[in-house]
Amino acid sequence: MYKYDEYDQSMVDARVEEFRDQVQRRLAGQMTEDQFKPLRLMNGLYLQLHAYMLRVAVPYGTLDSRQMRMLAHVARKYDRGYGHFTTRQNIQFNWIKLADTPDILAELATVEMHAIQTSGNCIRNISSDQFAGAAADEVTDPRPWAELLRQWSTFHPEFTYLPRKFKIAVIAAPEDRAAMRLHDIGIELTERDGRLGAKIFVGGGMGRTPMISHEIRDFIGADDLLSYLEACLRVYNRYGRRDNIYKARIKILLHEIGADEYRRQVEEEFVAVKALGLDPPAAELERITAMFAPPPLTAEPVELDRSDPDFAVWLDQNVRPHKQPGHAIVTISLKLIGGIPGDASADQIDVMADLAERYSADELRVTHAQNIVLPHVAQADLPAIWQALTETGLAEANLDLISDIIACPGLDYCALANARSIPVAQKIATRFADLGRQRELGELKLKISGCINACGHHHAGHIGILGVDRKGTENFQLLLGGSGAEDVSLGKITGPGFSEDGVVDAIERVTDKYLEVRESGERFLDTYRRVGMEPFKEAIYG
Amino acid sequence: MKLLTGNDLVTGDVIWWTGSGWSRHVEEAGDVGDQGEPIALAEEGARRVNGPVIIDATMTPDGPRPAHIKDRIRALGPTVRPDLTLKPADPNAGSWVI
Repeated sequence: MYKYDEYDQSMVDARVEEFRDQVQRRLAGQMTEDQFKPLRLMNGLYLQLHAYMLRVAVPYGTLDSRQMRMLAHVARKYDRGYGHFTTRQNIQFNWIKLADTPDILAELATVEMHAIQTSGNCIRNISSDQFAGAAADEVTDPRPWAELLRQWSTFHPEFTYLPRKFKIAVIAAPEDRAAMRLHDIGIELTERDGRLGAKIFVGGGMGRTPMISHEIRDFIGADDLLSYLEACLRVYNRYGRRDNIYKARIKILLHEIGADEYRRQVEEEFVAVKALGLDPPAAELERITAMFAPPPLTAEPVELDRSDPDFAVWLDQNVRPHKQPGHAIVTISLKLIGGIPGDASADQIDVMADLAERYSADELRVTHAQNIVLPHVAQADLPAIWQALTETGLAEANLDLISDIIACPGLDYCALANARSIPVAQKIATRFADLGRQRELGELKLKISGCINACGHHHAGHIGILGVDRKGTENFQLLLGGSGAEDVSLGKITGPGFSEDGVVDAIERVTDKYLEVRESGERFLDTYRRVGMEPFKEAIYG
Repeated sequence: MKLLTGNDLVTGDVIWWTGSGWSRHVEEAGDVGDQGEPIALAEEGARRVNGPVIIDATMTPDGPRPAHIKDRIRALGPTVRPDLTLKPADPNAGSWVI
């Protein structure tokens, strides 16, 4: 994992003291809310429905046990005993007091954490593959590159006041586990003729105008990557719409001028930028890369006792192969039946930290699907991990099944929301609680947003739900056919919306139809793509 | 009726104008009529409230109830965590919210 050097630490420490002064001035009446709001947002502090909310960055979703324990500590000392892991691999605390915030940030800084780049019209926290460094299918570990982008983007003087927020994802495997094509810039590290480089995708995003990104460069050498990204951002910064917040994202710019014209301008800008010498020297890249060196993984492969059916199901559902024989990748589901997707209590966070320290080379990952990963586990330790998770209520064996639901906080917490997401998720998970039934349905990614801003990724759900406000009453639109993976697609609305209970019934009719018409080996998404919307509409609306 | 609400500047708590001060309990809120804006301006200037807004509500035997679901959820707390609402011990406390 990356460790701060003196510059990183001094920058974060200075930022804490700067914000402490800003908070004091706000409380003393020396600043109005209009003056203070952009400053608090630059430090991850929102004002939500019930209180201030602090969003803490987890760069590229990677953290160690010491950092995880700090999150538990913040939850206990400053919040109400829990945190909410988000679809951008961060964590949010929902009940923060303004006066406590500088102290919280100071405590976070002691473990190399902060809330920078979690709000505002800047380059946000870089997201990545939660299996980075462990996946068998990756060409390289994407995290050193994500870290390089973090250093490049943090406090970047040109890109601190972009037309709108800007999200970048970096992956290095053909399987897209990070919804890369639905980011403002998606980077897929790849090799060509033995040389490391990247495919660059630009203009993806969800929100009120969902778009899949365009491939802007099929290969840029790794030693040109930073300059190329600088050029991509410069063209956006120059021409992105600042007159209309709803048209300010880069996806709209590409839509308006066309991908070919955008590419032409980026290539032209790239020539100018390259001459500036932005790309880091090899020694700096080596310094960063060395901190992501694979941990010593020496365990031998073992044959596990699968006689306990619950353990066997968990192995099949939540454990994935590691690139190192004898090891495995464990995903801890934060999708308990009837629970709140992404929420974890301080005690549960501590347990996960303990497991990481003891069994996973001291590493954890946060996934965009709001789960937690132990990336480097010896196969022989899987029974002990499962036992510990079972005792903590975290052994739900539902990864990628219908109850592994992404849900935004919705109207229960969020000031922007129009409808509640969490109760819908709870009712669906409860309706499909039987694990045998879920496994019969197979991979089925269900995603719920409480408003068109799409924090719950409903456009990318095999089944998506969008909550809307219809004359003061919650109403839920149903979408089918989305995907955030390498087979990326945007879901389509089935038709008129439903009440909260009605949408649960509609989903059951959809899954029943799927079981009726699917062919051997087809996932729900495959069947939908083969038969189209009509059979499902007929099943839903009659 | 019209209610004046906002968040406590320091704690972030949802608060309601009672006619003479602020309360965390919507039951204690008072009708501000057409005086909401000057009260909001004065209270915001005194840093006793953050983000004040005037909302529609109806008076019931149990006190004022905001007209919109968002404000009703603000008034009590998250519907999915009764233990974190203002009345965690009352299982029926949220019956009027949804």
